[in-house]
Amino acid sequence: MLEGLLIGLATAFSLTNILMVIGGCLIGTFIGMLPGLGPMSIIAIMIPVAISIGDPSAALILLAGVYYGAIFGGSTSSILINAPGVASTVASSFDGYPLARQGKAGKALTVAAISSFAGGTIGAILLMIFAPALSSVALLFGSPEYFALMVVGLSAIAAFAGTGQVTKALLMTLVGLMLATIGEGVLFNMPRFTFGIMDLQSGLGFITLAMAMFALPEAIYLVLDPSRSKTEDGGGEIKDLRINRAEAKQIAPVIGRQSIQGFLIGVLPGAGATIASFLGYAVERNIASKDEQAQFGKGSLKGLAAPESANNAACTGSFVPLLTLGIPGSGTTAILLGALIALNVSPGPRLMIDEPQIFWAVIISMYLGNVVLLILNLPLIPYIAKVLLVPRTFLIPFILFFTMMGAYIGQNNATELLILVGLGVCATILRFADYPLAPLLIGFILGPMLENNFSRSMNLYDGVGFVVERPMTLGLLVIAALLVILPSYRARRARLRAEGVADGD
Amino acid sequence: MALDRWIALIILVMSAGYAYTAFFAMDGSLAPFMRNNPIWPSTFPKILSVMAIFGAVVILLGFEKGSDAPKTGEIDYRRLTDYKLGQAIVLLTLMVAYALLLRPVGFLAATVGFLVAGSLILGERRLHILIPVALIASGGIWYLVQEVLGIFLRPWPFFMGV
Repeated sequence: MLEGLLIGLATAFSLTNILMVIGGCLIGTFIGMLPGLGPMSIIAIMIPVAISIGDPSAALILLAGVYYGAIFGGSTSSILINAPGVASTVASSFDGYPLARQGKAGKALTVAAISSFAGGTIGAILLMIFAPALSSVALLFGSPEYFALMVVGLSAIAAFAGTGQVTKALLMTLVGLMLATIGEGVLFNMPRFTFGIMDLQSGLGFITLAMAMFALPEAIYLVLDPSRSKTEDGGGEIKDLRINRAEAKQIAPVIGRQSIQGFLIGVLPGAGATIASFLGYAVERNIASKDEQAQFGKGSLKGLAAPESANNAACTGSFVPLLTLGIPGSGTTAILLGALIALNVSPGPRLMIDEPQIFWAVIISMYLGNVVLLILNLPLIPYIAKVLLVPRTFLIPFILFFTMMGAYIGQNNATELLILVGLGVCATILRFADYPLAPLLIGFILGPMLENNFSRSMNLYDGVGFVVERPMTLGLLVIAALLVILPSYRARRARLRAEGVADGD
Repeated sequence: MALDRWIALIILVMSAGYAYTAFFAMDGSLAPFMRNNPIWPSTFPKILSVMAIFGAVVILLGFEKGSDAPKTGEIDYRRLTDYKLGQAIVLLTLMVAYALLLRPVGFLAATVGFLVAGSLILGERRLHILIPVALIASGGIWYLVQEVLGIFLRPWPFFMGV
């Protein structure tokens, strides 16, 4: 391993490769800020450039740089304007956007940058140490376990997203899952619930739904109530860039835990950064003290640090199955796999032995990429945060325009914009009635994965037998059930107790 | 009846329609050889629809008590007319117009029009700043998307070629 590490160091620290990392991170960050262009599309766009470089290590280093850059850039738009352009940064907007509204946009971006850096770096260290061993563990996870893992994720989100109203959150999750069944599924070659409308054949677009659930209702709220545009400090000045010692102490354990958890989830093929960020958020909220729990969703630094470190660690983790088994764990790594094959490198168990310079150079470049991102982004934060100082008469039309561009660029279909407006109005009404919108979107994102794994398990075990035959699946499902039942039970008991006190008076 | 229960009713009706499709309409077109499979395309929707109907009924009948008071910082829908409802509706209409005009008018004209009109609706009157900003933004985004990223966006109206 040491020999490989040295080869990797030598390769990664060549001038060209350092330039590749810097270039990749820059491109990724800036394009990633545009809602609608996620890491997958940016990497796809960059593939021709990467292939024309010719050297596989340099190409992979460039693409990996674009990948982390895009994840970081995506969190910028979810924090500043509540428009998460990438599924894995949806959870960052839960607390990032409230922070920005309190005039702490600079601090939120700093926390995001530092958590991402820590998540990425810890992930890279874990990758280096555990890659060979983890690849065999990941293979133990079959479809039933993935199915159960996703059920845990969904119930955790439903249990924590609702403000004491678990049924509403569960119902929203179910609506999201039902929306996800629209269109042609992967396993069954037949359109479902399309009512014969061609535009629905490929289902609803994720970006369209994300914009309609978060960015558009927020923009409508800003229009309806002009006082919302002013940050709560009144002056609109961006201060508090730095994190103080107490805050650092508060988020450090979160970052540590979530980097490890995120990495482990990222290693599982198919799970990836999205699930890692949602689960990270839910877990941190669950284990926080009662006072801190109340802060979640209203601008908690912990709530921002958790998904940010988890998703970056998971991105690094997703390289484990790609590099060691040749199995891409996510859409993004699948595109990377395509690029590798085009460069005449076949990832798999032999990669580490046959071409150590590629394997180790990529890992070393991950450290470098994370440092580069931190150095590039920290000084830029005050300028990026100034976006919020733009007068609302300019800002609102631009937010609306960017949400529409996000929905349009991906599909190149103007009908998508009409769907966006329609869903946006529905989402606003749901928000009026205090229905949480995040579970709907999360249900929609995880829906296809959930159904595919469920169907595969049903096929493999010829029925629902897999639940009892696989102990890990059963265990995970029990956890999921507890997650849903416990909060309702606790709320009910608290209410009964409160009523009892009132009677006693 | 409070708004959240009205919404639960609407979701209930939609879930019932969804359930009807899943239970009675979908399986008819299933190929005979697929009928032996343990899972059908309608299996998952069936489970979802039953759970959704159950959830909607729980909310509709008010089994779960929530706080009735509007939260601070949220908009109280009971006093919707106190807010700038007109502006919001006009802006949404403008978005629909943008969607319909984007193809025929071309990206540049539609976007400049949208940004200028949007700001005017919100009360901006400094046209000497507004118009250049809109022009630069539309041009910049078009250049980035089409020329740098290579995603096609028709810049000009339909009668001017491309």
